[in-house]
Order: sequence, then structure tokens, then C-alpha cells
Amino acid sequence: MVWGKAVAHIIKEDLSVVLAGEAGQGIQTIEAILTRLLKRGGFNIFATKEYMSRVRGGVNSTEIRIASHKVSAFLDRIDILIPLNRESLPHLAYRTGENTLIIGEKDKIGAQGMLDVPFTKIGLELGNAIYANVVAVGMVAGLLGIDRTLCSDYTAEYFARQPEDVRLKNREAVTRGHEIGVNLARETIWIEIKRDPGIAGDIMITGGEAVALGALAGGCNYLCAYPMSPATSVLVNMADYSKRADIIVEQVEDEVGVVNMAIGAWYAGARAMASTSGGGFALMTEGISLAGAIETPLVVHVAQRPGPATGLPTRTEQGDLNLVLYAGHGVFPRIILAPRSIEDAFILSRKAFDLADKHQVPVFILTDQYLMDSYYNTPLFATEELRIGKYVTETKEDYARYRLTENGVSPRGIPGHGSGIVRVDSDEHDEGGFITEDFIETRNRMVEKRLRKFDAIREDIVTPILRGARDYKTLLIGWGSTFHALSEAMDRLDRKDVAMLHFSWLYPLPTGIREYLARAQTIVIIEGNATAQFGDQLKLATGVDIGNRILKYNGMPFSVEELVEKIRPYTVRS
Amino acid sequence: MTANRFNFEQTIDIAWCPGCGNYAIRRALLAALEELGLEREKVVMVSGIGQAAKMPQYINAHFFNGLHGRALPPATAIKACNPDLTVIVESGDGDMYGEGGNHFLHATRRNPDITLFVHDNMIYGLTKGQASPTTRLGMKTPVQVEGVFEKPLNPMALAVSLDVPFVARASAADIDQTKEIMKRAILHRGFSLVDIFQPCVSFNKFNTFKWFKDNSYYLDDAYDPTDRVGAFRKALEEEPFPLGIIYLNNDRAPFEENLPVYRHDKRPLYQRDFPMEIIRDILKQKT
Ligand SMILES: Cc1ncc(C[n+]2csc(CCOP(=O)(O)OP(=O)(O)O)c2C)c(N)n1
Ligand SMILES: [Mg+2]
Repeated sequence: MVWGKAVAHIIKEDLSVVLAGEAGQGIQTIEAILTRLLKRGGFNIFATKEYMSRVRGGVNSTEIRIASHKVSAFLDRIDILIPLNRESLPHLAYRTGENTLIIGEKDKIGAQGMLDVPFTKIGLELGNAIYANVVAVGMVAGLLGIDRTLCSDYTAEYFARQPEDVRLKNREAVTRGHEIGVNLARETIWIEIKRDPGIAGDIMITGGEAVALGALAGGCNYLCAYPMSPATSVLVNMADYSKRADIIVEQVEDEVGVVNMAIGAWYAGARAMASTSGGGFALMTEGISLAGAIETPLVVHVAQRPGPATGLPTRTEQGDLNLVLYAGHGVFPRIILAPRSIEDAFILSRKAFDLADKHQVPVFILTDQYLMDSYYNTPLFATEELRIGKYVTETKEDYARYRLTENGVSPRGIPGHGSGIVRVDSDEHDEGGFITEDFIETRNRMVEKRLRKFDAIREDIVTPILRGARDYKTLLIGWGSTFHALSEAMDRLDRKDVAMLHFSWLYPLPTGIREYLARAQTIVIIEGNATAQFGDQLKLATGVDIGNRILKYNGMPFSVEELVEKIRPYTVRS
Repeated sequence: MTANRFNFEQTIDIAWCPGCGNYAIRRALLAALEELGLEREKVVMVSGIGQAAKMPQYINAHFFNGLHGRALPPATAIKACNPDLTVIVESGDGDMYGEGGNHFLHATRRNPDITLFVHDNMIYGLTKGQASPTTRLGMKTPVQVEGVFEKPLNPMALAVSLDVPFVARASAADIDQTKEIMKRAILHRGFSLVDIFQPCVSFNKFNTFKWFKDNSYYLDDAYDPTDRVGAFRKALEEEPFPLGIIYLNNDRAPFEENLPVYRHDKRPLYQRDFPMEIIRDILKQKT
């Protein structure tokens, strides 16, 4: 196999750099410094990582796209591969080709045609092999022409909390790498990527941070969770915010405790969120039903990973829509949101709290590992207009928690706020909240009351995005985190007869979808699961059975290239 | 019964069997709440499912009647979100030590300032007579057809071993003493457990009022509940079982007092406005 060629590489507009190494080799550090450095240098950045479920060894890799324009999706293509261990090569072989330039330590990696840069040797010259990864950072920065001073200053800033000599050594390491990169750019690798001064004010946050920040903006002041990949980042971020914001963050003994605690917190007037992944959510299902029965609002974030059971703990999938949709025994309304992007993760996570509070139903934020762990530069979120909805009433003496109302929503009081008494009961109950077994009347009224809430929920639906040709012949349908990859694939296909309809509000579905479908000659559903779970929902809602399916379930996200290839056959030949 | 603000004016339909020990526990509780001078608007009764767990339905105060075994997590959260409330959990031996066992273990670690009353009838009452974690050895039931051979759980020894700061046992056969123990449990700062012997007249023909009387005795004034090792030794005693406060630790700070949200501001969460500037600040650091 030929691992790339070492001369006269020309890369234009959009560069995909992949750094790979074993867990514990500092790939995360490289990614963190490099992406921020490049962004400060004025480049558009996208980063995503894939990693193994282990603390040491194996192969983890990070893809960093550096582009003249905004980029926000995963590419298979690797322009420059920087492997820090030998095992990285076979691990990533399916994504490399003759145009992949491999840069690294030749005696360690041993790939033909690779560019030899002795990161470790330089590290050792500075006193320790651990500086090798920062040498690599400097090299990439140098390649892209990042200012030397910016490079060394930022590196020193990054290690600000380290002892003086560590800080200085890292600074030196990055400078040594920078020099190598500058030379490479002069002699072997020609990179033409424009800088965009407009992005200076952009932020870079991961999906996990966006969910946590969105929750915070939604007034979340109680976060409980039991650690589980890939949801843990939300727990950790909220814990971090709790240093300055009034939030109770509690790591609970198990997910059953998590959901029941979150419900108790809402009952007492907090805005609580439970955050988990599929396995943990499975344990919460009885609690979801409790929220449905006692009409206590609830927000649950479910970051999907491939199942069944433990599955692939660090990988991605869109396989838990059915789980979230059908979780909980009995019949009651719910809302399912699946953010399509980092921005949307912030917006919808915030919105989830008002929706839950307003309609007194469980609201799910359905994300996945890919969204959790990816980021790109995006304009600072507008927060000026944001307000936290107030839906709690001060109770009076004659308060009854489940007062029958026209729209099904009874004013929600909380204990200690007003002179009324607030009774909630998981048993079927009467208007006062007391247990009842009256099947002649009360039971039916309560079931119907709860279901009436669907009408008001429907008025709040966020409609799907239609993107692409107005007079489309082929309609692509997706949901959640596939948005950016699908968009870029569509742009690459550059067809006048293709459009995509993308959903981030999954349930209940809006009316009017059938009209979108009717206008297409060919409909293709694209989902990150093996059975097109959302396709089944569309069929229920519209009667249309979408037979054309592009499904992925190996644990990796859809790449732009594979979508282009798989969509192409469905476009009308012209 | 004399006027009691925690009682209902109208007669209520109570789902317990005639002669059930739960009536005595209810009378003790009503009296305890009244004598402590608590306000109805500030008392939240939390329970799971079971006959014991129906108690909140029969007390005129706030209630959260949740899922079987799951009373402690919401109770902990309710107290954490609003420390001004008095939170009382009503549970059964199956509800708490069986289905809810893990929550019990971890509530002891968290130590919320809530009070837990377990109506220990040594049987699953509501589901009609299967063995519970505290059913005595040898008892035959429609499920344990050869008699229970799994060792009964000792809630007192378990609680002392976990340093639950208030561990007591009471008996429905003695309303007055039960009331006194309840009052002290409610007043105690931190997690308090009172396991209350409760005869089940329908499904436990063995552990009757008489059996409980014959097999228990009150600790006397000479007993020192603050000595943990001594308390553990006491807790291990069975048939006869000691009644009264078995263990007391006044030095454990409750969960809520450790929460940073109350360090500079004592207001319950619902009274606070969220300052959006914090989000703006966090976002600005992400540029
Ligand atoms: C998840 C779940 N499992 C089982 C039940 C059925 N169930 C209701 S109460 C109960 C046991 C009750 O025993 P205990 O807690 O001792 O209360 P008691 O009725 O004796 O007061 C069971 C098994 C349930 N309601 N929920
Ligand atoms: Mg029982």
C-alpha cells in the first residue's frame, strides 16, 4: 500500500487533518489547542472525534476541518494524517488514499512515502517525550501560516496553570513545530485557504455544552444524572456552571433515582433535567410514566449511542427514537425534540423547559454522540431576548391540582407557594389529586384531560426545514444530527431537483407533511439506525411508506462523501 | 379525635382493613404534627406504593404519592429545592427495603433533612401476603410455600452501620410513645428513620399485636444512643426487639446545608430569578 506521496501537495479551500493516537497520548490536548489557535488565526473550523471505550491504548482520532468557508460536517476524506502510533494506520485505512499525506515519525509509524517529522525526538530534546504532541500542534499551525507569536502565546496561555518550566517547554515545543510547519509549507505542501476576519466573534462549543447552556438558559436549576457516555459532558458542564449559577447538580445512585428526583424537583418548583443515554433511559421509563400521570413537567436529555445493551459505548446512532417515543406504560402526551446542530441544541434545550412547564408533559431532547462531541465556529448566540417563562400559580385555599379545564392543562401550584394544598398521585386521581377507582366517570375524564393537551402542543410545533430546490423531484428526509452532513452532500450534488426536509421536532408530528411528500417523485429517508424508525412515524402520520432508505448503524456518523454516493442513484438522471 | 388541622373535616374513605395497625400510626402522626405546631402549607408527605404508602392520602397536607419504592429520591429533591418545607416519607417494608433499597442506601449517604416512617408489617400487604425483606424465617406464604429461608433484613442494624443520624423503632401497639418518637424524628436535623412495627391483620397472622408486644421492650433512660458501637449491638438484638431511639448522631450536616445554592441565599429555588448574564459570560469565554 502506498501511504500518500510526499511532494507538491496542493490543498485548496478545505483541509481535513486527522490526528490519531492511543488513549492517553494527548490527542484531546492537540485538538483543543489547535482548533482554538486556528480559529484565532481566522480559519473556519469543524472538529469531531471518534474514540474507543478505554482509558489507555487503542486508537482515538480527531478530525479537524480547516476551511475558507463555514464547515460543520464529518468528512471521510483525510488530507493530512498525523498518526502518533502505528495502530492508527490500519484503524483509519478505509479513509486514506493516495492523496492522503502522512506526517509523523517514520521509524515508529513506518508508512511508505510519509513525511518524516521526529516529534518525539524533538520532545526528548526539550526534556520529555510528552512534548511531542505540542510539537505536532506547532507544525500544523505553521503549515497554515499562523503567526508564530500567536502560536507561542496561546500555548503558554493554555498551560497557564502548569508549573513555569512546563509552560515554557510547551511554548518551545510549539515554536519548534511551527518552524517545521513553515518550512513544509514553503517546500512541500501548498495550502490555499482564505482567512475570514468575520469569525473573530464566533464561539466554539460542543453539542454537549450547547445542551447544557440551553438548559441553563431555560432556567434549569436542578440537574441530576448518573454518568454514562455520551451524555456525561452535560453533567460535567452543568457542574461547572454550578460554580456561578444557582443550580443543584446531583449525581444520583442510579437512573431510576435520577428521574424520580427530577420529578420531585419540578413538583417543588425547580426546573429539572435528567441527562442520560439509552441504557440509563431504559431504567427511567417508569418515571416517565409517573410524570405523565401526575402531569409534572420533566425534561430528559437522551444522548444516543448504539445498542442493544452496552452496545458501542463511545459511538453514535439514532436508534433510540422508538425507546423515547414509547417509554412508559399507559397513555399520555409527550414531546420529542432532536436538535439538528449546535445552535439548535442550544435553542431547543432552552425551549424544552418552557414546553414542559407550559404543557405539563415530559419533553425529550434526543441527541447522539456525534452531536455531543462535535463543534464548529458559529456566531455568538443571541441571548438578549431570552426570558424564562413563568407558569407556576400561587395557590388559594380551594386549590385542586387537577382542575378539569378546556385545554387539559390545570394551573400548577407548588407546595409552600400560596395557601392551597398540592396533591399529586401516581394512582388515577380526582381533581383534588386523591386516589380514585371511579371508572364510571373520573377515569375517563382524566385520560381525556391529559390527552387534550396534544391540541395546544401542536400549536407550538417547530416545523421541519425545507432546503434546496423549490421544484424538487427528489426529497431527502432526515432528522437530528444528520442535518449538516446532508446539507453539504446536497450542496456537492448541486442539483436543481433535489431538496431535503429535515426534522428537529419529532413528536407529535405536524400536519402538512403529506403535502411535502406528495410533491416529490422520489422520497429517500436517511437515518442513523437499522430500521428507519422515523420513517415508521412518517408512515403513521401520512400513510406514505418510504421504501428508499439510506441507513447507517455501524457506530460512525454519516460522512458527506458517503451521503453523496448513496443519494446520487436517487436523483433523476438528466 | 380532637380538632387537628391535619385531619379532614369531612369523613374520608380509608382503604385499610378494620383493625389494621396503620390506624394507630395515623393517629400518632396526626397528633405529632399537631403538637409540633407545623403549618399544613409547609408539610409535604411523600410516598411510594403500598398500604402504608397510602398514608399521605389521609393527612391534610401536601403530598407526592409517587412510584413503588421511589419515595426517597423525590423527597430528597423536594427538600433540596425548598428547605423551608417539612418533608415526611411514608413507606412499607417492601416499598423501602425491597424495591427502594438502593435509594435507601444512598439517602443515608446524602443525609437530607427528611423523616422516614416505615410501617413494618413484615409482609407485602397490598399485594396480598407475599414475603417482604423483613418477613421472619419460616413464615409460609402463597409464594414462599416452604416458609421463608432468606435471612430477614435488620433495618436498625443496617441504618446504624450506615450512620443514619436518627435511628428509632416504634410500635403501633403504643400510639403515645410512637407519637413522641415521631416528633423527635421530625425535629431531628438530617435523615431520620423510624421503623414502626405494624400488625397486618389480613395477611400476617403470625406477627400480631400480641406478638409485637411480647417481642419488644423499651430502651430505658440509662441507654446512650450516641454511642455508635453500643447502638449497633443494640440494633442486632431481635425477639425481643428494643424500641425507642437506638442511635443518634447530631454531627452530620444535612444534604441541603452542603448545597452551594444555599451558601449565600436561603430562599427556595422557586423564588429566585435566573440571571441571563451568566450565560452571556460563559458564551463570551467560548470565542
Ligand atoms: C414497580 C412495581 N412493582 C410492583 C408493584 C406492586 N406492589 C404494590 S405495593 C407492593 C408491596 C407492598 O408491600 P409494602 O411496601 O410492605 O407495603 P404494605 O402494603 O405492606 O403496607 C407491591 C409489590 C408496583 N406497584 N410497582
Ligand atoms: Mg409491608
